[in-house]
Amino acid sequence: MSRDLSMRVWRGDASGGDFADYTVPVEEGEVVLDAIHRLQAEQAPDLAVRWNCKAGKCGSCSAEINGKPRLMCMTRLSSYEESETITVTPMRTFPVIRDLVTDVTFNYEKARDVPAFAPPGSNAGGQFRMQQVDVERSQEFRKCIECYLCQNTCHVIRDHDENKPAFAGPRFFIRYAELDMHPLDTVDRRQMTQEHEGLGYCNITKCCTEVCPEGIHITDNGIIPMKERVVDTKYDPVFLGLRIGRRKDRRPVGPAAGSGPSPIKRPGRGTSAQPAAALAGAASVTATSTGSPGATGTATLAPAPPRSAPAGAIDKVASAASPDTLKTALPAVGAAAGVGLLAWAIRRSRRK
Amino acid sequence: MAEPTNVSEQHDYDVVVVGAGGSGLRAAIAAHEAGARTAIVCKSLLGKAHTVMAEGGIAAAMGNVWPEDNWQVHFRDTMRGGKMLNNWRMAQLHAQEAPERVWELEEWGALFDRTDEGKISQRDFGGHRYARLAHVGDRTGLEMIRTLQQRAVDLGIDVFMECTVTRLLLDGQRVAGAFGYWRETGSFLTFRAPAVVLATGGIGKSFQVTSNSWEYTGDGHAMALWAGASLLNMEFVQFHPTGMVWPPSVKGILITESVRGEGGVLRNSEGKRFMFDYIPEFFKAETADNEQEADAWYADHKNNRRPPELLPRDEVARAINSEIKAGRGSPHGGVFLDIASRRSAADIKRRLPSMYHQFKELGDVDITKEPMEVAPTCHYVMGGIEVDADTQAAKVSGLYAAGEVSGGMHGSNRLGGNSLSDLLVFGKRAGESAASYVAGLPSRPAISSRDVQAATDEALAPFSNPGGENPYAVMKDLQEHMQSLVGIIRKGEELELALKEIDRLKERAQHVSVKGSGRSYNPGWHTALDLRAMLTVSECIARAALERKESRGGHTRDDYPQTDPDWGKVNLVLRERRGVIEIAKQPLPVMPDDLKTLFEETH
Repeated sequence: MSRDLSMRVWRGDASGGDFADYTVPVEEGEVVLDAIHRLQAEQAPDLAVRWNCKAGKCGSCSAEINGKPRLMCMTRLSSYEESETITVTPMRTFPVIRDLVTDVTFNYEKARDVPAFAPPGSNAGGQFRMQQVDVERSQEFRKCIECYLCQNTCHVIRDHDENKPAFAGPRFFIRYAELDMHPLDTVDRRQMTQEHEGLGYCNITKCCTEVCPEGIHITDNGIIPMKERVVDTKYDPVFLGLRIGRRKDRRPVGPAAGSGPSPIKRPGRGTSAQPAAALAGAASVTATSTGSPGATGTATLAPAPPRSAPAGAIDKVASAASPDTLKTALPAVGAAAGVGLLAWAIRRSRRK
Repeated sequence: MAEPTNVSEQHDYDVVVVGAGGSGLRAAIAAHEAGARTAIVCKSLLGKAHTVMAEGGIAAAMGNVWPEDNWQVHFRDTMRGGKMLNNWRMAQLHAQEAPERVWELEEWGALFDRTDEGKISQRDFGGHRYARLAHVGDRTGLEMIRTLQQRAVDLGIDVFMECTVTRLLLDGQRVAGAFGYWRETGSFLTFRAPAVVLATGGIGKSFQVTSNSWEYTGDGHAMALWAGASLLNMEFVQFHPTGMVWPPSVKGILITESVRGEGGVLRNSEGKRFMFDYIPEFFKAETADNEQEADAWYADHKNNRRPPELLPRDEVARAINSEIKAGRGSPHGGVFLDIASRRSAADIKRRLPSMYHQFKELGDVDITKEPMEVAPTCHYVMGGIEVDADTQAAKVSGLYAAGEVSGGMHGSNRLGGNSLSDLLVFGKRAGESAASYVAGLPSRPAISSRDVQAATDEALAPFSNPGGENPYAVMKDLQEHMQSLVGIIRKGEELELALKEIDRLKERAQHVSVKGSGRSYNPGWHTALDLRAMLTVSECIARAALERKESRGGHTRDDYPQTDPDWGKVNLVLRERRGVIEIAKQPLPVMPDDLKTLFEETH
């Protein structure tokens, strides 16, 4: 059941680009990535696209298909009308490298900030004991395949590059939540999640949850509980303080990434369209040791500079009003109590 | 020696690890912890390597579910699964060290599924006497790679992402570094490093129907061979019994063995559980010969023998192949894998979530309601770089190999779950050995500008063939020939034909040309370069398969259907001399007597 599919694919690089129209023969049961592969094999061998597993497990082939952030390997052609033109564009939040490939270094730099899991001691001989019910909450977040569609969708950074230094994004909020919910972890990342990673910027519109191909409840199970936990560290209304089993023995920590050169190496930019003959001296940096900056070119994605605390979760949850007015307002205590109540109510309702 | 001037981006390290899957990451962590300046170089983004596809679990005799389990039983299972062709020392180290490697992952943040006692849960898999696989649902590989990735990032190990290594650089007979290109810009770079750990995975992309991704082009196998190292057992290619068959676009995608471990059974078009007809003599004593006993085994391993669906992969793949050939296949040319009628929908969704998701999304099949259609798919190569069992050192000084790219550990057939543990055990050993080799060097090797120039010229060659052939067409033809002539069932004359075809393809590959916008992220160029390694490993597989005149494990000869005890005493070793691949028989290392006794008990 072969047919011809009309496709529009964005072609270009950092300097600009445009849509190219193609007609691609496709077969029954195929996904968008199949059509892209056939296009590549038969018509456009230089079409740049990332992919690996082709089974929704590696999170490489993220793109925007008819405007929706999706994995190309998990998007069936049959979910569109046969007459429909399928338009594929690269993720918008990240700088384009070429065609459908974007520079997602941002995410790898944010990952460096995460203070690692800190176990209570050695597990030699397998002494750790955890109950299934206790690991399940973190396990949900560990399903993340790092496709970065949630990052791409999040409006805090989608059209706001200026927010990137101060905002880690949904993928990392569930990472912080995962560690905070880990039954054996011994450090406390709550303050830094708020103050350094920008948890407060999130106003829980749930766009990230909507695009997650793994169906992780990013907002409900990750970000909101994390916001509540942050509140716990700051305000402690009596009825919450009485909760049994709260862990008070955890050591607060700050971001893990040091100030030295990033270990995430990327090629020097500006050599992309070099003709074949011009290779000599193309890369301009000569690195001489591990510690030298080498050819990294992550200028726009440098590790987040230290910042004063951004607008807090309290402000966002309690009201949509300007954070600045709320921050200085005397009724903060009242707002906090309100949020505490709200948090408690949400938690209760979820448990049911 | 003069420093090269033709590639200006150079990096100095003690240990360069090529590949960022399970073994590469584990090797880099070990080398770093041993004090070596270490870099990881990988073709994809960090965390996307093929390990992520591993579903079932990590085999380790922790004894959490069956206290009777121990390394001796695991060792015995592994050797028997490999039809005794395994390097006994590797199999021993693997069985002994796997539990510690798993516990270590837990210490680094991995969250495995739990037993009621709160220990790491373990599941049943083919060829393993006891439930032995540490797992997280059916996404164990993801858990493993994420844990290692997060560990490596936490340690601050340098990572060169989307960077392809195309040549090892030598100083005389020892490793001096590696040459590669950035995929993003197409610019070249060299690594000056006295030790290189190859952790590049397998060769599956040489076949048409495969569970492997584009990365599996045999780079490490080929680069080692070109650098003077030897390859072992390349004729043994594992066809996983259960790949998807329908729709065509998903053909070959893996269906985890856990489906059978969790109770799934194979049926033909007549509804018959055909595996009872395919129990080989070698496994008769431990395999149930009726459905009642087989079904009872899931709850009571002690008083029942295991179901034939859980025979080693080579046996199950051949059986499925025979059923399809006999005309008892499913509508789309597979057989049926049925878990729907055997387990509740809730259990299936909980134990096999990604299988449920995969079939629902890609195949319009609800596996809690209907059976899956499955057929064998190229999955793993047992053969690989010949290494020292204890150090993973290849036959070239400074060269190490770990994981799928190394050979010997799995003999003629790998048991499910032994791959992930292999990555951890030998990744660590390779990283440590490489670091200690560098620490003990009296002088550092130097790379020669001539070698760098040659590597550069080679990489740029596809740009100087205007009007040449499309590299994708050559790759497609190679995959078709390998599938039809060097596939699951082989014949002498077909293998000879395959070698002729490979020669022709080599000629064609010399003249492929790259179209489009230069060297920046140009997949056509990348494919043109990948072809060299793919053709080299394909030739190695076909040559070794032609030479081994018997059937054993992942090598089945239609013209030599019997397993021959004489062939059970030798490995086939491949080397390249002046561009020609030579093949030689080499006696297996002799197992010490105390280990031999493990095989004397009847069951």
